[in-house]
Amino acid sequence: MTKLDAKVPKGALSDKWQQYKGTMKLVAPNNKRRIEVIVVGTGLAGGACAATLAELGYKVKVFTFHDSPRRAHSIAAQGGINAAKNYQNDGDSVYRLFYDTIKGGDYRSRESNVHRLAEVSTNIIDQCVAQGVPFAREYGGLLANRSFGGVQVSRTFYARGQTGQQLLLGAYQALSRQIANGNVTLYNRHEMLDLVKVDGKARGIIARNLLTGEIERHAAHCVVLGTGGYGNVFYLSTNAMNSNTSAAWRAHRKGAFMANPCYTQIHPTCIPVSGHYQSKLTLMSESLRNDGRVWVPKSKADSDAIRKGEKSPLDLSEDQRDYYLERIYPSFGNLVPRDVASRAAKYVCDEGRGVSKTGLAVYLDFSDAINRLGEDTISARYGNLFEIYEKITGENPYKRPMRIYPAVHYTMGGLWVDYNLQTTVPGCFALGEANFSDHGANRLGASALMQGLADGYFVIPYTIGQFLADEIRTPNISTDQGAFAEAETEVRGRIEKLLAIKGNQSVESFHRRLGQYMWDYCGMSRSAEGLEKGIKLIRELRDEFYKDVFVPGSNEEYNPELEKALRVADFLELGELMCKDALNRNESCGGHFREEYQTEEGEATRNDEDFAYVAAWESKGMGESELHKEDLVFENVELKTRSYK
Amino acid sequence: MRLTLKVWREGGKYVGQFVDYKVDNISTDMSFLEMLDVLNEQLIQEKETPIAFEHDCREGICGTCSMVINGQPHGPMKSTTTCQLHMRSFNDGDVIYIEPFRAKAFPVIRDLVVNRDSFDRIIQAGGYVSVNTGQAQDANAIPIEKDTSSQAFDAATCIGCGACVAACPNASAMLFTSAKVSHLATMPQGKVEARKRAQSMVKQMDAEGFGKCSNVTACEAECPKGISVTNIAKLNREYMGSVFGSDKVM
Repeated sequence: MTKLDAKVPKGALSDKWQQYKGTMKLVAPNNKRRIEVIVVGTGLAGGACAATLAELGYKVKVFTFHDSPRRAHSIAAQGGINAAKNYQNDGDSVYRLFYDTIKGGDYRSRESNVHRLAEVSTNIIDQCVAQGVPFAREYGGLLANRSFGGVQVSRTFYARGQTGQQLLLGAYQALSRQIANGNVTLYNRHEMLDLVKVDGKARGIIARNLLTGEIERHAAHCVVLGTGGYGNVFYLSTNAMNSNTSAAWRAHRKGAFMANPCYTQIHPTCIPVSGHYQSKLTLMSESLRNDGRVWVPKSKADSDAIRKGEKSPLDLSEDQRDYYLERIYPSFGNLVPRDVASRAAKYVCDEGRGVSKTGLAVYLDFSDAINRLGEDTISARYGNLFEIYEKITGENPYKRPMRIYPAVHYTMGGLWVDYNLQTTVPGCFALGEANFSDHGANRLGASALMQGLADGYFVIPYTIGQFLADEIRTPNISTDQGAFAEAETEVRGRIEKLLAIKGNQSVESFHRRLGQYMWDYCGMSRSAEGLEKGIKLIRELRDEFYKDVFVPGSNEEYNPELEKALRVADFLELGELMCKDALNRNESCGGHFREEYQTEEGEATRNDEDFAYVAAWESKGMGESELHKEDLVFENVELKTRSYK
Repeated sequence: MRLTLKVWREGGKYVGQFVDYKVDNISTDMSFLEMLDVLNEQLIQEKETPIAFEHDCREGICGTCSMVINGQPHGPMKSTTTCQLHMRSFNDGDVIYIEPFRAKAFPVIRDLVVNRDSFDRIIQAGGYVSVNTGQAQDANAIPIEKDTSSQAFDAATCIGCGACVAACPNASAMLFTSAKVSHLATMPQGKVEARKRAQSMVKQMDAEGFGKCSNVTACEAECPKGISVTNIAKLNREYMGSVFGSDKVM
């Protein structure tokens, strides 16, 4: 085991980034013109990075498996984006945003990175407004803000319930401008299947052209991954269907350490599963908890009756209902952070008090708010969400309480990166949800968009110079060399292996089973016993996959089943590592709750003495990994127990 | 529910034809795409090639799903993408025709999947504000009327799915193009380049082989995001100004 060096600059926390920026290495314009950069992913992080690097003069090649850069899953983010603008004059500041993020992350993130994030947050809003993003405004014409869970100021900027869409379109348009200028070459419908290392440095990728099946070699001076999170390892999540871990996982297999993979955010307010055919879950914005009250029946008998359709929630009087969040957490009530709300829902359902046919749902009831404020006010606040709910469930939430249940939403873990956002492979960088850096063990609402754009627009364009300044004498990398040939052969081998199995079970069926194991043993609450069982089951499933999966068609054609098979193969490896990481972390923190480590009242017990570190895993081949640690040093905040009671 | 599907198959062993499929035990709670998942699972069990269709977020925002259902892009429900359409909109025993979006500028790749790169090229022709990262002034430096910003949002909500093109008898991309022109021309930040933008985007739209607009307005009726044809009027105004106005750019 080695101790990792995060290369955090010296100096006071609030000066680090400014000082570092002023003294870091630069690449001269004439050199930028010949330096090539590969960017994989066109979401907020990848898209913003590719556009900005091209504006600076680098030659950029950008890859996406989508048909268009505009389809990246950042598009689906609803709520908003945080920034320490203090436009509301309510006491916000860079330090406060930094502190809230560290605390919200349950003291498992790196101070210096989080502070930098808070600093550049203000630049993001300026940039997006300049691009023409139509943020919500007040009658005076200035930008509006709203508040979000876990904080006491209003610092969230938003564009109705489609903030992610508007920010992504801003980045997409900036990228389109650079494509038109010839500074960026777009490779759409291309999926990265391997990272290529030459003399220890990341120098290219192997990508499959998804239309023709051609396996292509692409070279550059360095490779940037903005490839998103891995929530789809659970099969059912709020992620888009095609979101996957493959690019990050392949980099991991080539030497990039994977950090804190067990940190998963389970969002408390999603529409529950309705049947075995379910393909994905839909988020209902967290903002609903501002006016909705969460409850289940007090008695199991009433729950049973509701599940069988013999009773309706409207039949239950006030004293037959258990508003359990208000009961257990009187000071925060329905607005406790995401991890706390999710676990509480699980507990009441485990007790058999869940509602809906599956027994896995709780009520989110707006009747009090409607009586108090009127239906019009509620409709103005949440109209579009109520419509989505009705479209999916066929139920009218104005008349009948919504049914909700937690679902996997975001992964805080990801590729380990240093202060420069460089992974443990020199020349390979990771941005946004693909890295692990800023959210610790739990992410606050409206912070994912902030981090993606911070990394892409305002961090990597500077820090990439630290690597590239030493590469100005490196000629263009040729793809006609051993490392590329080897990687290509390895990729072809993996594809041929999958096509040759010709078994009897679909890729989808394996993915569903993996997802169920992950949910049961590495989901909202975990135990050593369960995790060990999970690891065993995943290994067996992986063996079965390589014996009995059926992938129709060939490589040399448009073949979505083959794409899925390659992704599920990687999920089958990642899932095991997530369980191992969860097993190693003998404490409860943020999204990671170990049943053995809780107080008598069932609250999470953190262990700062033994676990205030980042767990970074080195791949030693399929199913084998070695743990390395980065100690987390807190020089500016005092570690406290989170309490929302 | 038991349904008969007549699905357009093209590529592989199919030259381009409707193929009949039967699906059984379809729950009314399923989404339309989940119903197709069930059919594809059935086909895989029979070692057949599953039907290719595009989809991603399944929340109605990414704009990836793109089929014509019983003659309507995204099916019968107003303001709804295919992924948000649920089977409770259909009846037991229904026969459902499923086809790709059809337009010269959207060539079919396979089955229900079409190539919409032409949309990206229209945006590349000018659908942006020319500002580099770091050049921006403070976000509150220019106040923008709430209604103005809200109007810009209404245009900017376009998901780029192409239903407008599929609905149009001329396969025109005027609604898509005008939504971006209108969004940016409405915001002060985008006004500076508005006329040049209108001209270059229209030029690219024509070059891609999209048809002309003849005011049928089927695009608005079928748009899953309710983008209004008043945006087309706005595009026309910007375009005419760019050709004939006192600040013409040609």
